[in-house]
Amino acid sequence: MHPLAVAATPADLLAARLQMGLSLGWHIVLACFGVGMPAMTLIAEWRGLRTGDPAYQLLARRWARAMGVLFAVGAVSGTILSFEMGLLWPGLMGRYGQVIGLPFALEAIAFFIEAIFLGIYLYAWDRLSPRQHLLAGIPIVIAGIASAFFVVAANAWMNQPTGFDERHHRIISVAPWRAMFNPATPPQTVHMILAAFMVTGFGLASVYAVAMLRGRRDRYHRLGFALPFTIAAVITPIQIVVGDWAARFVAEHQPIKLAAMEGVYVTQSGVPLHVGGIVVNGHMRYALEIPYALSLLAHGNPFATVIGLNTVPPTDRPPVNVVHLSFQVMVGIGFALLALALWWAIVWWRRRRAPASPWFYRASALAGVGAVIALESGWVTTEVGRQPWVVYGILRTADAVNPAPGLVVGFFIVASVYVVLTIATVYVLRLLARERPVPVAPQEYDADESGAS
Amino acid sequence: MTLATVTLAVLWVGLTLYVLLGGADFGGGVWDLIAGGPERGRETRRLVEHSLGPVWEANHVWLIFVVVVLWTSFPPVFASVASTLYIPLTLAALGIIGRGAAFAYRKVTTQLWQQRLFGAVFAFSSVMTPFFLGAAAGGIASGRVPLGIARGNLVTSWWNPTSVVAGLLAVGTAAYLAAVYLTRDAQRGHAEDLAEYFRRRALITGVVVGGLAVVGLLVLYLDERSLFVELTTGRALPLLIVSVVSGVVSLVLLVRRAFLAVRVTAALAVAGLLWGWGVGQYPMLLPGVTVQEASASRTVLAASLGALLGGAILLVPSLWWLFHLSQQPTTVRQSDTAPRGGEPPGGEPPGVEPPD
Ligand code: HDD
Ligand code: HEM
Ligand code: HEM
Repeated sequence: MHPLAVAATPADLLAARLQMGLSLGWHIVLACFGVGMPAMTLIAEWRGLRTGDPAYQLLARRWARAMGVLFAVGAVSGTILSFEMGLLWPGLMGRYGQVIGLPFALEAIAFFIEAIFLGIYLYAWDRLSPRQHLLAGIPIVIAGIASAFFVVAANAWMNQPTGFDERHHRIISVAPWRAMFNPATPPQTVHMILAAFMVTGFGLASVYAVAMLRGRRDRYHRLGFALPFTIAAVITPIQIVVGDWAARFVAEHQPIKLAAMEGVYVTQSGVPLHVGGIVVNGHMRYALEIPYALSLLAHGNPFATVIGLNTVPPTDRPPVNVVHLSFQVMVGIGFALLALALWWAIVWWRRRRAPASPWFYRASALAGVGAVIALESGWVTTEVGRQPWVVYGILRTADAVNPAPGLVVGFFIVASVYVVLTIATVYVLRLLARERPVPVAPQEYDADESGAS
Repeated sequence: MTLATVTLAVLWVGLTLYVLLGGADFGGGVWDLIAGGPERGRETRRLVEHSLGPVWEANHVWLIFVVVVLWTSFPPVFASVASTLYIPLTLAALGIIGRGAAFAYRKVTTQLWQQRLFGAVFAFSSVMTPFFLGAAAGGIASGRVPLGIARGNLVTSWWNPTSVVAGLLAVGTAAYLAAVYLTRDAQRGHAEDLAEYFRRRALITGVVVGGLAVVGLLVLYLDERSLFVELTTGRALPLLIVSVVSGVVSLVLLVRRAFLAVRVTAALAVAGLLWGWGVGQYPMLLPGVTVQEASASRTVLAASLGALLGGAILLVPSLWWLFHLSQQPTTVRQSDTAPRGGEPPGGEPPGVEPPD
C-alpha cells in the first residue's frame, strides 16, 4: 500500500521470522523422511526379494505407501519455502540470491530425479520386473541425500558467507562453487544427513514399538522394528562425534553463537561447561558446572580461552536462553538415544536376540519423537544462535525482511493452514498404518476399491 | 546472444513446461470440481486421478525450477516480484499446499466423507492457484511491478484489468489443456463415453479461452499499450499468429476426433501466447530494467547453466521413462496378487474401467 515503505515494524519482523521458522520446522520433518525412508524401504524390498520372506515384502509395500503421502506433503511444503525466501526475505535474496543460487539450482535437479523416480517406483510396481523396480528406487535414495546436502550447504553459507566480493552493497564478483563449499558446509551437511536417518529410523521403529507393546509380536512387527532401529542405532554414536565436530567448528568460526549456546558472558580461559541452567540478568544460574570442560571440548585444551558475549554490543547478541536451552535439549536427547542404542547392542551381543523388557519398547516408542525434538532444537540452535544476523556478520535479519505491511496477517493465515495440515497428515498416516490388506502397487488403486466399499 | 539472454530463454522453457504440464494438472482439478455428485462424477474423478497420479510431482518441480533459476540469475527481479506481489503469491503457495496434500490424502482414504472433503480442497485449490499465479503474471506484464523491494502497490499490482484477465486465462488454459489430454487418456483406456465427455468440454473451453484471449488483447490495448503493439504489429506477431492458428486447428481436430494430434496443437496455442508475451516484453524485465541490468554475474550464470545442462542429461531420459511408463496399461504380477485377494489380475488401469 505504501510505495515507499522502508522498514518493517517489529511485529511484522517477528511474524516473518515465526512464519519462516514454522514452515521450515514443518518441512524439515517431512524432508527427513524424504531422505531416510527410500533407503529403508529399498532395504526391506531387497531382503524380501532375496529371502522371499513375506514379512519383508509387506513392510516394503506399507512403507512405500506412506512414502507416497509423506513425499507429496514434503514437496508442497518445500515449495512454499522457496516462495517464502522471496516473500519474506527479499532483502536477502535480492542481494545474495546469486551467491547461494547454485546449490538451489542443483537442488532443483535433485528434486526432479526424486519426483520422477518416485513416480516410477510407486506407480510402476506392477509394470516392471522386481529387479528393475528395485533399481528404480536407487536414484530416489541418492537424490534425497543430495538435496539435503545442497539445501544445507545454502544454509551453511548463511553461517559462513564466502565466495563473493561486495562493494557499497553491490556484489561485484561471485565464486559460486566456493560459496557452496564454504567452511561450514562439511560439518553441517554431514550432521543433517545423519540426523535425517536417525529421525526416520527411530520414527519408524517407534511405530512398531507401540504395536509390540500392544502384544503384536509376530515376525512382521519384529522386523518392522528391528530394521529401522538398527540403522538408527548404528548412526547415533557417529552423530555424536559429528556433533562434536560441528561444535568445535562453531567455537572456531562463530564464537558468539558458541557463547550463547553455553551462556558464557565474560571472555575467560579454563571455562566450565554449563549443564542445564538459565540466564538471569546476564548470569548463568542453577547450572551444573563441569570445570574446564568447555575449554577442553571446544578447543581441545582445558585452559583455552572462550570468547564471551560481552565482546559484542547487546544488539549483536542472540537470545541466550533459547539457544542454550535448545542446544542442551539436542545434546541430551543425543545421549539418551545413545543409551538406548547401547541397550540394543549389548543384548544382541550377549544373547543374540532383541531385548525383551517392555521398558526397552516403551523407551523406543518415545525415541521417534525424541529424534524429531533433537532435530528441531538443533535447527533452533543454528538459526536463533545466528541472530541478529541472517547472513552472519553481513546482513541483519531486520534489513532482509519484506517491508510491506500485513506480514502479521499472512503469518496467522499460514499458521492456521499448517495446523490443519498437521492434523490431516497425522490422521491419514494413522489410517494407513491400520490399513489391511496392503494394496499391491502402492498408489495404483483407488481408495474406494481397496477398502470401504 | 548473451549469457543472460540464454538463461532467460531457459527460464522461459521451464515456465512453458510448467504451464503445459503442471497447468494441465491443475486443470484436472477444475474438472474434478465440476464433475457432479459422488456417483455421477466418479468415473471422471477416477480418470483425473489416474492421469495425474504418477506425474504431478515431477510436473510440479518445473515451478520450483522457475523460482530458483529466477532468484539465481535475476535476483533483483525475484526480490521485487516476490515482495510486491506477496499477497497473490502467498495465496498461490497455500493453494499449492492444499492441492498437493489433499490429492495425496484423497488417494489413500476410504470413507466417502473423507474423499469428499479432501476432494473439495483439491478441486478448490486447483482453481485458486492458477488464478493467482496468472494474476501475478498479469501484474508483471502490465508493468505494475517496479524494481525495488515492495515498491509497487500491494493490491493494484495484481488486482487490475490485465491481472484479472490473465488469472482467468490461466484457469481457462489449465482446464482446456486438461480436457484435451484427458480425452486421449480416456480413449486409450477404451472409455469412449468419457472421451466424448471430455471432447465436448475441450471444445467448449477451447472457444471460451479463445474468447478470453481476445478480451485479453483488448484489455492490454487499454491497459498496457506497448506490449499490445509488440504483440499485434511487432516482433511477437508471428508467435501470436502461431497461437491463433493452432487454437483454431485444435478445434477442428477435436471435432474430427484426432485426439493425439490435438495435444500438440493445443500445447502450441498456449505456448505461442506465452512466448508472445516474453518476446513482446524483451529486453525489459521490469519497467526500465533490462535483462542485462538485472542479471547475476557471468560466473553465476555460467555455473548454473552448466549445472542445468549436466542435469538435463540425467533428466531427459528419466522423464521420458516416467511418461512412457505412465502411459502403459498395468499388468498385475502374479506373486503380488495374493495379499489383495479377489483382484482380477491384469487388464485395464482402474481409472478407465467400465462403470459398474
Ligand atoms: C537427530 C538429531 C540430532 C542429534 C541427536 C544431534 N544433533 Fe546437532 N544438530 C542437528 C541434529 C541433531 C540438526 C540437524 O538439527 C542441526 C541443525 C543445523 C545442522 O546442520 O544440524 C544441528 C546442529 C548442531 C550444531 C550447530 C551447528 C551450527 O550452528 O553450525 C551443533 C554445535 C551440534 N548440532 C552439536 C551436536 C552435538 C554435540 C550432539 C551430541 C549429542 C548433537 N548435535 C546431536
Ligand atoms: C537451507 C536451509 C535454510 C535456509 C536458507 C534458512 C533461512 C532462514 C531465514 C532466511 C530465516 C529468517 C531470518 C532469521 O530469523 O534468521 C530463518 C529463520 C529461521 N529458520 Fe532457517 N533456514 C534454513 C534451514 C532451516 C531449517 C531446516 C530449520 C528447521 C527447523 C530452520 C529454522 C529456522 C528458524 C526456527 C528460524 C527463526 C529464527 C528466529 O526466530 O530467530 N532453518 N531461516
Ligand atoms: C530454505 C530452505 C528450503 C527450501 C527452499 C526447500 C525447498 C524444497 C522444495 C521446493 C521441495 C519440493 C521438491 C519436490 O517437489 O519434489 C523440497 C523437498 C525436499 N526438501 Fe526441502 N527445502 C528447504 C529446506 C530443506 C532442508 C533443510 C532439507 C534437509 C534435509 C530439505 C530436504 C528436502 C528433501 C529431501 C525433499 C524431498 C523429499 C520430500 O519432499 O519429502 N529441505 N524442499
